Amino acid sequence: MRLPGDSPPPHAEEPSAGRGLEARNASSPLLEARAVTRSFGGGGGWFGAARPALVAVDRVSFALRPGETLGIVGESGSGKSTLARMLVGLLQPSAGAVALDGETLDLGRSGDRRRLQRRVQMVFQDPASAMNPRKTVGASVEAPMIGLKGWDAARRKARVAELFTRVGLAPGHAGRHPHEFSGGQLQRIGVARALAAEPAIVVLDEPVSALDVSVQAQVLALLRELRDGSGLSLVFVSHDLAVVEALCDRVMVMRRGRVVEEGACRTVLAAPREEYTCELVDAARRLAA
Amino acid sequence: MSVLARLLRQPFAVAGLALVLGFVALALAAPFLPLLDPNATEPANRLAAPGAAGHLLGTDQLGRDILARLIFGLRVSLAVGVAATLAAALVGGIIGLVAAFYGRWVDGALMRLVDVLMAFPYLLLALAVVAALGPGLTNAALAIAIVNVPFFARAVRGQALGIVRRDYVAAARLAGFSDLRILVSEVLPNVAPLLIVTAATTIGWMILETAGLSFLGLGAQPPQADLGSMLGDGRKVVAAAPHVAAAPGVVVFVLVVGLNLLGDGLRDALDPRMKGAETGVPQPATRVERGRAASGTLGHEASGALANSVLDVRALSTAFATPRGSFPAIRDVSFALRAGEALGIVGESGSGKSVTALSLARLAPTPPGTIVSGEVRIGGDDVLDLSLDALRRLRGDRIAYVFQDPLTTLNPLMRIDAQIVEAIRPGPGEGAKALRARARALMADVGLPDPGRIARAYPHELSGGQRQRVGVAMALANAPDVLIADEPTTALDATTQGRILELFARIRRERGAALIFVSHDVGVVAHLCDRIAVMYAGEIVEEGPARAVAERPLHPYAARLIACAPQLGQPDKPLAPIPGAPPAIDARPDGCAFAPRCDHAIDACRAGPIPLEDAGDDRRVRCIRWRELLGEAA
Amino acid sequence: MRSYALRRLALAVPVLFGVTVVVFLVIALVPGDPALAILGSYATPESVARLNAELGLDRSLPVRYLAWVGNALTGDLGRSYALDRPVLDEVLERLGPTLILAAAALGLSALFGLAAGVASAVRQNGWVDRAIGLALLLGVSTPSFFLGLLLVLWLSVGLGWFPTGGMGALFGGGGIADLLRHLVLPAVTLAVVATAILGRLTRAAMLDVLRQDFVRTARAKGVEEDWVISVHALKSALVAVVPVIGLQAGYVLGGAVYVETVFQWPGVGRMLVEAIGRRDILLVQGGVLAVAALYVAINVVTDLAQAALDPRIEV
Repeated sequence: MRLPGDSPPPHAEEPSAGRGLEARNASSPLLEARAVTRSFGGGGGWFGAARPALVAVDRVSFALRPGETLGIVGESGSGKSTLARMLVGLLQPSAGAVALDGETLDLGRSGDRRRLQRRVQMVFQDPASAMNPRKTVGASVEAPMIGLKGWDAARRKARVAELFTRVGLAPGHAGRHPHEFSGGQLQRIGVARALAAEPAIVVLDEPVSALDVSVQAQVLALLRELRDGSGLSLVFVSHDLAVVEALCDRVMVMRRGRVVEEGACRTVLAAPREEYTCELVDAARRLAA
Repeated sequence: MSVLARLLRQPFAVAGLALVLGFVALALAAPFLPLLDPNATEPANRLAAPGAAGHLLGTDQLGRDILARLIFGLRVSLAVGVAATLAAALVGGIIGLVAAFYGRWVDGALMRLVDVLMAFPYLLLALAVVAALGPGLTNAALAIAIVNVPFFARAVRGQALGIVRRDYVAAARLAGFSDLRILVSEVLPNVAPLLIVTAATTIGWMILETAGLSFLGLGAQPPQADLGSMLGDGRKVVAAAPHVAAAPGVVVFVLVVGLNLLGDGLRDALDPRMKGAETGVPQPATRVERGRAASGTLGHEASGALANSVLDVRALSTAFATPRGSFPAIRDVSFALRAGEALGIVGESGSGKSVTALSLARLAPTPPGTIVSGEVRIGGDDVLDLSLDALRRLRGDRIAYVFQDPLTTLNPLMRIDAQIVEAIRPGPGEGAKALRARARALMADVGLPDPGRIARAYPHELSGGQRQRVGVAMALANAPDVLIADEPTTALDATTQGRILELFARIRRERGAALIFVSHDVGVVAHLCDRIAVMYAGEIVEEGPARAVAERPLHPYAARLIACAPQLGQPDKPLAPIPGAPPAIDARPDGCAFAPRCDHAIDACRAGPIPLEDAGDDRRVRCIRWRELLGEAA
Repeated sequence: MRSYALRRLALAVPVLFGVTVVVFLVIALVPGDPALAILGSYATPESVARLNAELGLDRSLPVRYLAWVGNALTGDLGRSYALDRPVLDEVLERLGPTLILAAAALGLSALFGLAAGVASAVRQNGWVDRAIGLALLLGVSTPSFFLGLLLVLWLSVGLGWFPTGGMGALFGGGGIADLLRHLVLPAVTLAVVATAILGRLTRAAMLDVLRQDFVRTARAKGVEEDWVISVHALKSALVAVVPVIGLQAGYVLGGAVYVETVFQWPGVGRMLVEAIGRRDILLVQGGVLAVAALYVAINVVTDLAQAALDPRIEV
């Protein structure tokens, strides 16, 4: 817990300081989940039986190192999306905490959420729902630069153009509205928005599940580029083992809110140790036959 | 402005707009029109009939000119209605927005307040307010506005709740935007159309109710007069001079009709479901309009007439109506199926694979679909020629379906056994008891545990896998010749998906029905089926034995599609993406639909329609360069 | 189901509480001296003072509220000074005719509204749909006070088919037949708008249901089209429409105010209008409270009916 008198961390003032920090202690974790738990509902029950709370995420811990790509796999109801939303501060843990650069954050406080969001951004599953239909996509990409960086309009415009080029779209497309794009294009714009405020970590929640195979490949190619070329850390949430294997260094298998197995991605998926992981891998292999 | 354009396309809405504009113009111009003083009494000329000298619509019981009073009354009624609507929209809108955005106790408290206001029968609360504040036009309008606040609050909250859960609101939070900024820039613009529609469809109602209060003597007080109070005055002399009451009554009625026509039109113009194609509900069977004489000869010969086929599809084309005209969703689809054979249809969204599957029993939705050419022969009959009743008897009996999402495809209000029994064609003398026993047997057959319990359950009480097994049980009820499964495992988790696929494999072995399995996943289809048909932009681009197509695709699209799918166990697979996107239904090229994205395309590819060509080894391919490309690859 | 019923009833309690607060506040909102307003400007100072004490105007609002609710619970809604009788007696006497009228109108509107909505939806965009749609739109735009006037003028005064107003006695006098003769015009007048609202909602609900996947499943099974419409589609649409019938009761109870006035039907609505005219605020308070409580009860019933139709409402 940060005390009131503490001085702000260096990167809060200087956007570029984050990189330097990583370089200094490359092995220390960037982002950590410390026994993070989240339950929904429960209680109540004036009349009839009280409903038990649904524990979506149950004491999950992990550490993400700079430049690392972590895959979180699980079936529906495994809690992987809930976990992803806590990692960016969209949900608060019921117990446990999220730590950034070794410092525990209190996500109930807007100041701490802001610190987290300066460093961690998100790409959402459904590209159609992730863009405000009544704003231009350029305005959507600019938003983090306004809210988190306070850049002036000229700098924002330049950055939007740069980002559009980077995700493979013409900079001129920034003035269009979401309905003028295909799902794959929108998802690439979603990646551009996540990168806008120069985060160190991007959390991707099922970013290719809503896309067709050929379009999915476009987004995966972009993500591979980011992984290899920019020193970004990625947290990649997916139900698709093949996609995770194609992208991630490390994998965490979740079931009913708990971590079942964790380890180097290729090792775990080639030779799973836990029964549940075996079941998942078998199912995926059979379909690929 | 497309909203205005959509509004002007509706004749009723245009009529409403004209009426409303007319009334508004009259009301605004009232002081400048050559009218008599509406309050000037003329006792000698009481209750003059319409057409009397100088009084076009006659006079009332004080000898005042009805026409002048009507126009000034209209002015008052309109102003009051607009003001009450704006007030209710503003207050209700804010309550709804805040409740949805902050949720939890804020939502709870505000909505309980709204519940309390809605616990009063509509007009009664208004009466109570007027009773407390005293009669008068302002008080009446205030009362009507208060009474309508809950409607706006509920409508806005409902819409805003959906928007607040959208990811773009989460993205705005991640962008560091303040709550107020998110409300104003993300939520409000998306709620605004609904607010406008609610206001437009409510204003007529508000004018009616305010006039009603005036009619009862609780609104406008003399000398002020609105249409309602004029009607109330007229009522006192209705037997002697009906025109005194009729004039304001007719004006109120016509004004409100105009407002409602306009409101309905605006609603339809702003309703997102109205955008794009026709929005009619699906008819019982797809419309068939095979106007053009058997046009589909392109791949026809190549398919060859299989002597012992249970299903023979020839040159099937289904067109979809769009705002820009009618375009084929599938073109020239031909294939045949022997008993016991399984065909997998693979393609991306928009490829026409589901339209193909649905068209076979004329289940493709009309509107927007119309089958424009082709034949679908099952046991010698052309399905497209059958009467509705014959088609109904064929469905579920000779040809049966399993659909994608088992939660939405089962009726949520019906018990499982009732839904299965419904699918069974009773034999002669077979009673309800026998049918239920058959339903249980079917459930046991598809591997549902504890059929006795599940039979009495409702769909929401089952798991996704169990629901899909129910779907399969219904499809198997009458031992169909052809079983069509339209993405039956897409909505399921991987492990469940595996078990359902096992079920399909077992059904194939045991039942000997021909199977059509539609999927976006080449792996799944190759695993289950004997043959694969790959569809792109509404056409079959390649068809052949499953293993051969999956391992050595001939068509460049099929090859790229397989190459770009990640595969477990091959983490370093290059996954070369296909550039661009499939053409929209109304923008498909004349030549090869894949040419714009194909590395091998030459001018000849774009020249004209490409036939589905026999490629030997029981394979067919819709590419003019397949031989050359095969040579290059070798 | 039983636990749902209990919870639904429990939900009605805070709403009823809110209703009593609002009704109570009506008095508190009266500008100037309520006692003077209630008694009229010719009241003697003594009677004003007595009423002030009776209403407890010297005490704080919450205390007055509690006293008022306590009295209301024991059936004491105060006294109508204009009629010189207890408010409760008057309200109960007037509630019967309103219930008869409202039930008749609600029955008519449910019957015709559902039929029109289903017929319209099944033939969407056909001429039947357009004709019904236009008729329903005219219906919702109708000022019932004007329609009532027209019907009286035409069918009663002009053709003499029906009495021009009043109710006729239920017992003695003309009996049921006479009551019905008096009931036809007011019930029809009141039902017109309610039918139109319900018809439009039913059409929308049916269209919504007919687009759903399970309707396609039923057709794929080869189920008869009539069965698809009446069992699969209509039952699902009813889940959405039944609570609306509850809301319709609110419209009908409110709209009864106009109709009772036009047809001199001796119900609560007309009583309220007259009471407001006389500034008989305690009578207004009692009448509004009684009708609102009735309406809350009706909505509990329709919600329970919805739960009976929809197995998903449970837990």
